[in-house]
Amino acid sequence: MENVINQIRRCREASKGNEVWREVNFDDFLTSDLKCPSVDDCTKEDFACSRQNLNLEATLVIENGYHFGPMCQLDCGIMVGSLRQVREMNPDLVEPFFGKCATHEVSRRFETLADRKKGRGFRNPYFELNEHLYTDGLFVMVPDNVQLSKPVQILNAIHGPIPALLNTRNLILVGNNAKASFIFCDDSFDGTNSFSNNVTELMIKQGAKAELYKMQNLNDKSALLNQTFVTMEEGSTFRSAAITLNGGHIRNHTEVRMNGRHCDCQANGLYLIDKQQQADNYIYVEHAQPDCHSRELFKGIMDDAARATFNGHVMVSDGASKTEAFQTNKNILLTDKAHIDTKPFLEIYNDDVKCSHGSTIGQLDELALFYIRSRGISERTAKTMLLYAFCDEVIKGIELPELQSLLGDLVKKRLHGELTACSDCAIPCGTPCNGEEAAHTFKIDTTKL
Amino acid sequence: MALLSIRNLHASIGDKEILKGVNLEINRGEVHSIMGPNGNGKSTLAGIIAGNPKYTVTEGEVIYNGKNILDLPVDQRAAEGIFLGFQYPVEIPGVSITNFMRTAVNEQRKYRGLNPLSGAEFLKLMEEKKKVVEMTTQLANRSVNEGFSGGEKKKNEIFQMAMLDPTLAILDETDSGLDIDALRIVASGVNKLRSKDNAIVVITHYQRLLDYIVPDFVHVLFEGRIVKTGPKELALTLEEKGYDWIRQELNQKGE
Repeated sequence: MENVINQIRRCREASKGNEVWREVNFDDFLTSDLKCPSVDDCTKEDFACSRQNLNLEATLVIENGYHFGPMCQLDCGIMVGSLRQVREMNPDLVEPFFGKCATHEVSRRFETLADRKKGRGFRNPYFELNEHLYTDGLFVMVPDNVQLSKPVQILNAIHGPIPALLNTRNLILVGNNAKASFIFCDDSFDGTNSFSNNVTELMIKQGAKAELYKMQNLNDKSALLNQTFVTMEEGSTFRSAAITLNGGHIRNHTEVRMNGRHCDCQANGLYLIDKQQQADNYIYVEHAQPDCHSRELFKGIMDDAARATFNGHVMVSDGASKTEAFQTNKNILLTDKAHIDTKPFLEIYNDDVKCSHGSTIGQLDELALFYIRSRGISERTAKTMLLYAFCDEVIKGIELPELQSLLGDLVKKRLHGELTACSDCAIPCGTPCNGEEAAHTFKIDTTKL
Repeated sequence: MALLSIRNLHASIGDKEILKGVNLEINRGEVHSIMGPNGNGKSTLAGIIAGNPKYTVTEGEVIYNGKNILDLPVDQRAAEGIFLGFQYPVEIPGVSITNFMRTAVNEQRKYRGLNPLSGAEFLKLMEEKKKVVEMTTQLANRSVNEGFSGGEKKKNEIFQMAMLDPTLAILDETDSGLDIDALRIVASGVNKLRSKDNAIVVITHYQRLLDYIVPDFVHVLFEGRIVKTGPKELALTLEEKGYDWIRQELNQKGE
């Protein structure tokens, strides 16, 4: 195991000079007690979470890096199975797509001179590591023309007693004119520390629509590097939101390539972090063809000594005329020690485009605060209201009404410090449980504002 | 005893002095109108009474219900019965009017030592008050002022006034941005809320509003002071002649 940890440390060493990976440092979480779980370290029980009102098509579980159960077709028409098993037994289903969305291309664009001299060029080290070490994960195929009316939950359950070092790999194919939404939950089920280096490939075929919502609730001792690679064909639509509610260090690395005309991509994010937590969002959106639209909106609130980074990159190729691309990052820092590094970035090689980017770092609007308080509402309640209002723009971008209202509720609880730990997850998202000590609260101390 | 008594009030924003000795007495049951050219201190006066921290009071006092309120925080002044209808109401995305008002009503009740309203009691109150400004349920379920038209924003201000039932309501240019129908609805809403126990201060540029909300007194706030007070007919004179004659009168006095 020492060996794998050293390999991850080497990843950091190898990527120090690379703009995409420069700031990535998981050293604090790479403790010597980490172990890659085997199948025997899984309970294979049915994990359920308390999000009862989501009105789901199905819940698919990945437990400590493995998916159990044979490949099958669900009632709604989609095929699901363990990626490793499907790869062995039905290679024709997997091989044409496996590794096709994920590339080293972006990372390579920022390689240093030293990397270039090595000849082979820079390779995304964490992805490479996942390729070598991945245990298992999900294979999901939505056949052509299958349109799901309800979302599918993918529950990535991480639990002890062994501190887990996970390399999970997922492949999701959404066929021509198909439609599917996925709620991807990364949850610690107990207080055991963990490190995850996960890769998900998502291929959206012609005229299809895919939604990928990430809900991240890890304990403070866990780190997660979540790499998502998306390719879009002509006329397809992609929606995503990465919602970081808790976790020691969470990094979402997302690359979206629009390879056909008339694609539409909306990739949003919300991070609410406190204590010593860190949340990073890297988003790369490539406009390779004309007439594609993309929007990114990332918002965050940092309390205590929390740190966040936003690194957004929109790439418009010379052939991509009539591109519309908008990129926004907004932040509220609650203390002097909270920290944000933000870098919105556009790279445009075509004249016939409409693009904008920007970021803000600030405090609450004084006039809005006065307005609310002038109705007799206390300063503390007024500030919480405004913080919620700040998050609302991202919540509203979620196109699943049930998830939208659940998330609204969750964010309110997080801001009030009302989320308490229970035996299910680090933070229970459904009905609050009673009698447990509040282990993960995000209590805004308004005197700091 | 007067409900509101303002004595020799001086106030500034940053280094700029805006109010230069305002004196004003308001009794229960009265409607006062404050008129005056732009930038002469009308909104500042309203903001100071409500407690906007943007302004600094440098001299004078504001006595409300026998208490000097200048040291009270904004929310406590509201709970004491002061309401400000904003000229530019603020948008609060993600907070519905219903939730906003439930929070406000119950926090005010808490301040006054009353139990919070139950869900049913609150909804009953809402239904009753929505009628005051012909507010639809659809609007009440929307986020506070978000994407509202000018008319909807001002209706919402008067709706909030109805819900909170203030003793002193100051309406800052409630007629700006309203079409004729909305003006009528908003003004008749204010009239329905008028009583012998409360007082209303209407800040406006136009006589038109005062056709609907007929004031007992009209004051002219000019260069940081109230320089003239008269009956409702004063508003007609101002509409007709503008403010030049007031400037001339002041100059003559000055000589």
